[in-house]
Amino acid sequence: MSDRHADPASAETMAGAVQTRPRMPAPLPEPDRSLPLRDRILDVVALYPEPRSAIVPALRLAQDEFGWLPTEAFEQVADATGFTPALCKSVASFYDMFRLQPQGAHEICVCTNISCALVGAGDTLRAFEEALGITVGETTADGMFTLRAVECYGGCGWGPVVSVDERYHEPVGPDQVSGLLAELREEAE
Amino acid sequence: MSATVPGRRILLDFEGDRRDIHAYEQAGGYESLKRAVQMDPADIIGTVDESGLRGRGGAGFPTGRKASFLPKDRKPAYLCVNADESEPGTFKDREIMLRNPHALIEGVLIMSFGMGATSAFIYIRGEYRTEFEVLRRALEEARSRGYVGLNVLGSGYNATVVLHRGAGAYICGEETALLSSLEGERGQPRSKPPFPAVAGLYAAPTLVNNVETLASVPFILKMGGREYAAIGTERSKGTRVFSLSGNVRRPGNYELPLTATLRDLIEGLGGGAPDGRTIKAIIPGGSSTPLLMPDQLDTGIDYESIAAAGSMAGSGAVVVIDDRTCMVQLALRVAEFYRHESCGKCTPCREGTRWGVEIIRRIEMGDARQGELDLLLNVCDRILGKCLCPLGDAMAMPVASYVTHFRDEFQRHIDQGGCPFTGQSPITPLYHEHAGTPA
Repeated sequence: MSDRHADPASAETMAGAVQTRPRMPAPLPEPDRSLPLRDRILDVVALYPEPRSAIVPALRLAQDEFGWLPTEAFEQVADATGFTPALCKSVASFYDMFRLQPQGAHEICVCTNISCALVGAGDTLRAFEEALGITVGETTADGMFTLRAVECYGGCGWGPVVSVDERYHEPVGPDQVSGLLAELREEAE
Repeated sequence: MSATVPGRRILLDFEGDRRDIHAYEQAGGYESLKRAVQMDPADIIGTVDESGLRGRGGAGFPTGRKASFLPKDRKPAYLCVNADESEPGTFKDREIMLRNPHALIEGVLIMSFGMGATSAFIYIRGEYRTEFEVLRRALEEARSRGYVGLNVLGSGYNATVVLHRGAGAYICGEETALLSSLEGERGQPRSKPPFPAVAGLYAAPTLVNNVETLASVPFILKMGGREYAAIGTERSKGTRVFSLSGNVRRPGNYELPLTATLRDLIEGLGGGAPDGRTIKAIIPGGSSTPLLMPDQLDTGIDYESIAAAGSMAGSGAVVVIDDRTCMVQLALRVAEFYRHESCGKCTPCREGTRWGVEIIRRIEMGDARQGELDLLLNVCDRILGKCLCPLGDAMAMPVASYVTHFRDEFQRHIDQGGCPFTGQSPITPLYHEHAGTPA
């Protein structure tokens, strides 16, 4: 295993990125999940002139509920929106953010598109693989982490962009990977 | 931001953020909406038309003219905000939403009133969760002040704004795919005509505008169409937020009048290539646009100048590539992206992007035969202009330009049976240290 660290050109670019990146607000609290899933979906259906528009938001609600989209999730979305499970599944399969298989407790997405790749996203991705002992696309044996290589996340000037559970970390060089993982492990304890 | 380049800023002319509605109002926010609701709606569209504002998403179509295509008094009618920013290299709408979300909401409200929209939908890409939360909070604030809801500011106009999160698909930034997605379908583009102005969301008249475009509208109303048009060049008016990324010292979003040059942006504001490197090539308008070369740095950043130089202003995403970079690896990354995002509806795009990836990968891995460069150009040519939407072109155009500008470099891969840049090019770890490939 190699000792990974950012090359001088990337380090200079990342230092510049830190200066231009806007301050991000604190995350909002998790939405209230006390109502049954069906009721939350019906609230979303009411926002749209046609119920079909609620399928994608409903799939998101279901995924938040189940952690991924099992058969039962499609049945519940279909029942609440008035469409069939097969149609809901065909919609879900088009979009990258829907999970058709179970995954780890934390989802780590490393952007590997051109802007991030030019400033060392490949090194960051490999550093995650080495630290987690898995290859990209896999989940750790303890079910803690799923590692993904993803396409442009829209943080191109502040890359390499790493998104953990839909929250961006920018920029993340290979030498910051172990610290980021340690924080996530600490939170879990 | 080190202001070594003089020039007017409008959208992001302040430090920090104006997420809080009070901060936005103190800076004159929502005054344009108050004026707008007293105006004849047709005059609002007229002012936007007079300003010369052109769509800031990628196509650069005049915003006022686009709105004028809407049939009069056909209801329902919808405004859709394209906040699905996904062209690689582009991150300006995200900064606008993070720092100045009320400018977008005010712009949405003004345009909704101007076109008489039944409802407005803000389609924001799913990955932008924090930005979605910022908009949601801003929208609640605007509602509590009476800017959104029934009888806006006593005008009798009822403004409905719905925030809609996408779920990860580049193609949904194409306006007809966005509408398909918003209707709960797979995000596949539709045949045009009919254009969205005639048959858009739920087959009703629909206007689709980009975030930066709409966020500019309150300022245009405040300063007047003519004054806005006085900034910029003959045909490219106003200011534009450019996303600068890749191998530069100070990447970031920079708002510039459209009279500036690529050199102003890349060297003046971005500080040039890092660590004593030199610039090898420039992507001027997002990953779908053809390359410009370092000797074209004095090209203007306006739509016409970049087109005259042989590329496209696109989404305003400028990516700088330094001399370490392997252009075959870069072409492979670009091709893989568009292959992944091809919706599969049109054959030339679905098959052509796959062929493109396979040929470029063979070249990079040293498995290509002589003649495959021409085969690659042939594949690109068979995609160009032959599909419902420009996604296939978005692979064909840049890949063809990489081969054209760096033919020797591609040929060297074939002749040597491998990549001469391994270990030097920053993209190498994605391809050569590991059996797997990204995405």
